Amino acid sequence: MSRRQNGSALDELARGARLCLPVCVSVAAYGLVWGVLAGQAGLSVLEVLLMSGLVFAGSSQFVALDLWTSNPAALPIAAIVVAVAVVNLRYVMLTATLRPLFPGRLGPGAFAAMFAATDENWALTVGEMKRGPTSPAFLVGSGLAIYLAWLGATLVGRLAGAAIDDPAAYGLDFAFTATFLALLLGMWRGKADLVPWLVGAAAALVAARLIEGNWYIIIGGLVGSLAGAFLETRSRRDRLA
Amino acid sequence: MTVSPEALLAIVLMALATYAIRAGGLVIADKLPRDGFFAAWLRHIPGAVLAALIAPAIATGGIAEAAAAAITALVFVATRSLFPAMAAGVIAVYLIRLAV
Repeated sequence: MSRRQNGSALDELARGARLCLPVCVSVAAYGLVWGVLAGQAGLSVLEVLLMSGLVFAGSSQFVALDLWTSNPAALPIAAIVVAVAVVNLRYVMLTATLRPLFPGRLGPGAFAAMFAATDENWALTVGEMKRGPTSPAFLVGSGLAIYLAWLGATLVGRLAGAAIDDPAAYGLDFAFTATFLALLLGMWRGKADLVPWLVGAAAALVAARLIEGNWYIIIGGLVGSLAGAFLETRSRRDRLA
Repeated sequence: MTVSPEALLAIVLMALATYAIRAGGLVIADKLPRDGFFAAWLRHIPGAVLAALIAPAIATGGIAEAAAAAITALVFVATRSLFPAMAAGVIAVYLIRLAV
């Protein structure tokens, strides 16, 4: 305990990175898959580096790939940006819980540190905060480790995937669906998830028939999540009443 | 090593939106409700988006896609790991397409 409080920012940075190493392995596996799919979606090596390096948010990058087109003129920029923002909206809750890391007024350091906040190191940092005073350097160190793992793995995936000339001939066109399905199942936290998933899927099926383009993803996501939130808050109120 | 202007614009806007959300949480931390409808809504978004993404793909696919989706799900539940599940799905769809 005392060691932690006395540790310099540099020590905390290194400790965050070290504790994050097991997480980095799974982030790298996930990044490898994303890189291969990015190649299939038509992203160049430089576009992969830019997206992973600037956006740095895994699940939203998977969703962006589904909307991506290899013909730049056909790229649905508005749909991509809205879909990414919708998927990342949950970060509002994550970074809000990190506020106690920065007592007093928020300085430039606090804003810079937010770039390094991901699902994985957020969980790690919140765990540390429950145990005692935690340095923002811990968040940044663990975030940097994940950043390097993500950037490196997506690049390797993109380069390795380029060796495959006709993806559909090997069933690789199904990799998107398979990956999204596995990602979805990994999000299962209990029965409360069933309604938003089913409603989201049903709304997407209807929207895909009625509306041109890829808006069914955002429509399904919004309708499904609202249904889940509605049901969850109503059943809680019923229990209290 | 190229980037089209359209792709660059999309990536920069994606990055700005994502960063604004990350920084925004910190700024409005004290005003944000920690539970209730809003919190539950945000929590359910990623799952609902993924469900919306895959539903048309599976529904409009054939027997091969439906069977491969089932195999992907089974392997994921057994291994709790993304890569084996994806690989099993791809191999399954490849083999079933050869057979039918």
